[in-house]
Amino acid sequence: MRGRPALFTRYEADSAMLPTITQRVWLAIGLVAVIGAAVWLPRDWLILIATAFIAAIGVIGLNLVTGYAGQVSLGHAFFLGVGAYAGAAFGGEATEKLVGMGLDVIFWLPLAGLTAGFIGAAIAPIAVRLRGLYLAFLTLGLVFLGEHIFREWESVTGGPGIGRKPGVLRLAGWRFDLDGQIAGYSVTREQQIYWLTLLVLIIMAFAAKNIVRSRIGRAFAAVRDRDIAAEVMGIDLTRYKVLAFGVSSFYAGVAGGLLFTVTGFVNTNSFNLLLSFTYIAMVVIGGAASITGSIMGAAFLTLLPRIIDGAGGVLPFLEVGSTGLLSTSQLERIVFGALIIGFLIFEPLGLNGIWMRLRNYWKAWPFSY
Amino acid sequence: MTTFIQATIAGLSLASIYALLALGFVIIYKAMQVVSFAHPAVMLFGAYMTSWFAVDKGIAFIPAVVLGAIAAALIGWLSERVTIRPMIGKPLFAIAILTIGLDIVIRTPINNLIGLDIRTVGAPWGFNSWTVGGAILPHRSVAMIATALVITVLLFLFFRYTRVGLAMRATAIDQEVALAQGINVGRIFSLAWMMAGAMAAVAGMFAASDLAGLSQSTYIVGIKALPAIVVGGLDSINGAIVGALVIGLAEAYTATYQSTHAPWLGGNFSQVVPYVVLLAVLLIRPYGLFGSPEVERV
Repeated sequence: MRGRPALFTRYEADSAMLPTITQRVWLAIGLVAVIGAAVWLPRDWLILIATAFIAAIGVIGLNLVTGYAGQVSLGHAFFLGVGAYAGAAFGGEATEKLVGMGLDVIFWLPLAGLTAGFIGAAIAPIAVRLRGLYLAFLTLGLVFLGEHIFREWESVTGGPGIGRKPGVLRLAGWRFDLDGQIAGYSVTREQQIYWLTLLVLIIMAFAAKNIVRSRIGRAFAAVRDRDIAAEVMGIDLTRYKVLAFGVSSFYAGVAGGLLFTVTGFVNTNSFNLLLSFTYIAMVVIGGAASITGSIMGAAFLTLLPRIIDGAGGVLPFLEVGSTGLLSTSQLERIVFGALIIGFLIFEPLGLNGIWMRLRNYWKAWPFSY
Repeated sequence: MTTFIQATIAGLSLASIYALLALGFVIIYKAMQVVSFAHPAVMLFGAYMTSWFAVDKGIAFIPAVVLGAIAAALIGWLSERVTIRPMIGKPLFAIAILTIGLDIVIRTPINNLIGLDIRTVGAPWGFNSWTVGGAILPHRSVAMIATALVITVLLFLFFRYTRVGLAMRATAIDQEVALAQGINVGRIFSLAWMMAGAMAAVAGMFAASDLAGLSQSTYIVGIKALPAIVVGGLDSINGAIVGALVIGLAEAYTATYQSTHAPWLGGNFSQVVPYVVLLAVLLIRPYGLFGSPEVERV
């Protein structure tokens, strides 16, 4: 089939992760560029992009349950919180007040994911009975209950206003969160966090891509498109909804565990409704039911504050502090809300939809159809 | 016993706030099957405008409340017309998520205007109270419960006896058939959002008239009305009122008794009780107490 790369004669080829040679080449070039960029990017940008990588893991998780399986979850902040505190409890340092087991990152990160995943799967049976908006409300209630538990369970969370340190990025004595030397080259803390989170993101993204193009992914899509019809076709609704919530919460747990290693501090009020809304917005803006879209949405919304900060120097009505009409952080909020509205009205497929359209346009260029 | 009566009065006061908000949610839901997450933001806006008219502009209290309600109705109308109308026919989730965006867009400038100071709404009853048989009956509670009752009764009469009310009921049953009967369904949508906005403004004013005043966190009150509509069932007006009573009383009783009888639940547990009730009700009845189960063609 050389010379006709877009002709697929088998289903396996059609659903391959990277069906054409061009895509493989570009992915390889992209990966090398992203890995290499860490060498010359300044520290604050490295941290910002690492945050985007971590957010992307969480968004992929939310996209699995909301975009692929069609179960709207406003409770993602809760599972991020469970992951963050499970990570802190398994991988953090114990003090006289706090629980901490001090495990290596290779153990505590999966454990953080599994803890969140188990809680997600345990809540799912309640969620299975609920349809549509009632499910959204249930998960919304979860966020508020979670906030309360995080405030009260002081031996794990440190309590409100005090907080605690997250899990330590340590592997066999090597610290990723300290500047160090590898084979004579000095590497900064930021570079190591960047590469580590990128590695986790790549693993998680490929795993998700494989989930959604397998039997499980097709079952998710069937449940989303019409659950009654899916059940008639022999898809066990309970099983797949529990699976969707479990896997999604696992991703949230891993993302939550990593999210605060960047700042080095977890506060109990971080896991509020706004965080859930932010993740929903990343899914919507990136593109529902798309792994690439999840990464694009996470990157876009994480980098947005930096872009708007830059605009602060240009736009006259923006003022740092309280003298101006709006501060940059408020403008950022408004842009964020307006983007949700705008994308839903004008581009429901999100950034991924725009990318697809551009790609298809150039594929057929100069013939528009 | 006095403690119990006291808690009941507090609960009924809370319930009257939740009822006004829940009725707004349900009216919008019945008109266009949309749950507006922007409703708490509209409430905050209405309360702020009331405060602005009454305190900053020195207008008498009742006209200030009316002006605040009109302002909130206009915001409701505007958001429906600009953002929700183009989405008709799209998936319900998409619209629900869109209202989250709307909430952020409305609330951010209002938070900026409120700032960090605590504002008052200039309520004439202040913090006076009567004492009835040992129990303290604040004027504020009486005003709240009475107003909520009057508005609810008016609403029932409106739906039962007026042409517009009939048109709204018809639209709720079947939009296309309503169109075929010559009902301007678009106008019904606008009206539903305006009514909901006005009631939310009154609720917000009440919520802000206690000791805590109007601050950015008054928003939390609006979010706690969501459990009320879910407990009652999204599409039931009666359910909204029952839900508001259940949530309001549960919250007040917890606030009174939990610290002595169940201290292990933690401080301020009453603030999350609405969500506990929500989870419990959904566990037993997936469509709330009075909601109608969704019937779907495969």
